[in-house]
Amino acid sequence: MSAPAPPMLSAAARARAGRLGLRPGRPNLDVFAETLEELARTDPNLVALTSDSRGSGKLGPFGQALPGQLLEVGIAEQNLVGIAAGLAACGKKPFAVSPSCFLTARALEQIKNDVCYSDVPVVLVGISAGVSYGALGSTHHSLHDLAALRAIPNLTLLVPADNFETREAIRAAARARHPVFVRFGKAPMYDLHPPGTRFEVGRALRLREGRDVAFVATGETVVHALLAAALLEEEGIDARVISMHTIKPLDTEMVLEAGRECRAVVTVEEHSVHGGLGEACAAVLMQAGVRTPFRIVGIPDEETVTGAQADIFRHYGISMEGLAGTARELLGTGRPTRAAVEE
Amino acid sequence: MSSGRVDTRDWELELKGIELRRRLLEVIHQAGAGHTGGGLSCLDILIVLYHRILNVSPETVEDPGRDRYVQSKGHSVEALYCVLADRGFFPWSDLETLCRYRSPYVGHPTRHVRGIEMNTGALGHGLSICVGMAWAGQRDRATYRVFTLLGDGELAEGSVWEAAMAAAHYQLDNLIAIVDHNGLQITGPTRQVMSPEPLEDKWRAFGWTVRRVNGHDYVRLTEVLRQPPEHGRPTVVIADTVKGKGISFMEGVARWHHGVPNAEELARARAELDEAERRLRAERALLARGVLTA
Ligand SMILES: [Mg+2]
Repeated sequence: MSAPAPPMLSAAARARAGRLGLRPGRPNLDVFAETLEELARTDPNLVALTSDSRGSGKLGPFGQALPGQLLEVGIAEQNLVGIAAGLAACGKKPFAVSPSCFLTARALEQIKNDVCYSDVPVVLVGISAGVSYGALGSTHHSLHDLAALRAIPNLTLLVPADNFETREAIRAAARARHPVFVRFGKAPMYDLHPPGTRFEVGRALRLREGRDVAFVATGETVVHALLAAALLEEEGIDARVISMHTIKPLDTEMVLEAGRECRAVVTVEEHSVHGGLGEACAAVLMQAGVRTPFRIVGIPDEETVTGAQADIFRHYGISMEGLAGTARELLGTGRPTRAAVEE
Repeated sequence: MSSGRVDTRDWELELKGIELRRRLLEVIHQAGAGHTGGGLSCLDILIVLYHRILNVSPETVEDPGRDRYVQSKGHSVEALYCVLADRGFFPWSDLETLCRYRSPYVGHPTRHVRGIEMNTGALGHGLSICVGMAWAGQRDRATYRVFTLLGDGELAEGSVWEAAMAAAHYQLDNLIAIVDHNGLQITGPTRQVMSPEPLEDKWRAFGWTVRRVNGHDYVRLTEVLRQPPEHGRPTVVIADTVKGKGISFMEGVARWHHGVPNAEELARARAELDEAERRLRAERALLARGVLTA
């Protein structure tokens, strides 16, 4: 466990990030903890719940500063979520913080019934989501969480990409009157958005314009899509990049625009290819009759390759190089474009 | 009164117990679905809660200071519906829609029904919810108390014990769990299916104050539920009950877990209840005239 983590970006991708002027930021996890503490200082009803997860949730300082607003439940995720529901029903604003792998599997029934069916304003925070705990193995991966939670009514699903999106997602969750699930990782993220960007739940953010291929990406994969787009530009391929920070309710307009205006769509997520962002977008396009060449990049339905998060991303093509390759392949299939069909 | 001591008989509730048994069986018969045995088992507990214990009424149902009741054994919802209708939370005629298309009166509790705090029905959830409610109450220095009703079969759910641990850890003496200890679950006797015994020892070991009572004795139930808690300890009331209580051919019979009485069974049950009421009224009259002593 003490082996140094391999870098998330290849040397070429790092260099390109520099040329794009992307500033290295902090782990979204740190921004979450800091934002939550800020909010809690002005809202005495805000309660953070942990399941022996205050260390992994970076909530040690929160607990020291506001001991009356941190509720430790021990290693008991079902109880974590049930208690959060009871708190919310009595006027508290609970944030239940636990690794997404445990929170969304062990406590799925409490999420479904106590929180979502009762429709109380609990915020479920899935930390170290996706394959953030890469080397710890599949017990610690949450590649099912979006699929499982998408099928539950009353729940908003947020997957912020960078520090800005994380801060805004946590603020929005704090204001929400219905259940919200937020998931993010713990690797340092690049800042992706220019100052002054407006974050709105359910409205995806367009990071780059383009009409050849659209990358619809979410969470920690977005930076890779952005770098792939920059790489493709040199080859004369114009790639659009969308940060789909809200998985539900999905910004269907943005997806349809991508499908109608671009010659191909590639979705990217740190999640199983089943039931996540990709299949959500596919359903939107298919039901609207938009037949764009389409590819879902995610973690395939197999025992996940071992290694750190960066290794797993690279292995499955969630990288600048991998995503550029997928786009080229999709564009080079020789199928007629929509424009050609319409002529 | 504050000591919890009340009269030796609670005639009003005894009559209500008979009346609501009639209603419960009619409602289940009419809907063609329901949990008859468990409903009859916990009905008296619910009557005592809503008439003698909880400071909640149709007028205060939104009051932040109201007592909270969460029915963890959500399947006995028909009994709860009857008690709430009787207390005026909604009209009796609403229950004609029980389990019907677009009715809010579904087979387990939901917040769409006036007076119901949380959606329950999957077992092992209510106690955690109540821990949250009780923790919030303590933090806010509120005076409300939080009650839940658990089935004895339900105690096999591990999450119950997660919540039990947390309630003692946080010294939630504003929390009262009642176990509807009828010794039966859907498959058969709880001791055979998955024994919860020694029940009192388990709760005590988890740091709870344990009280035991006949769950069909209105006076004793009222006393026990009015007793102040031991400082810093949650209270569990183990209420010994009989599944199907009050109807001779349903008592202690597992198949009445969700058996629905047909017209003939309903008539027989009604006749038994009419007879019980006649005897009860006669007994009260004799006592009032001093012919009998209590
Ligand atoms: Mg039972």
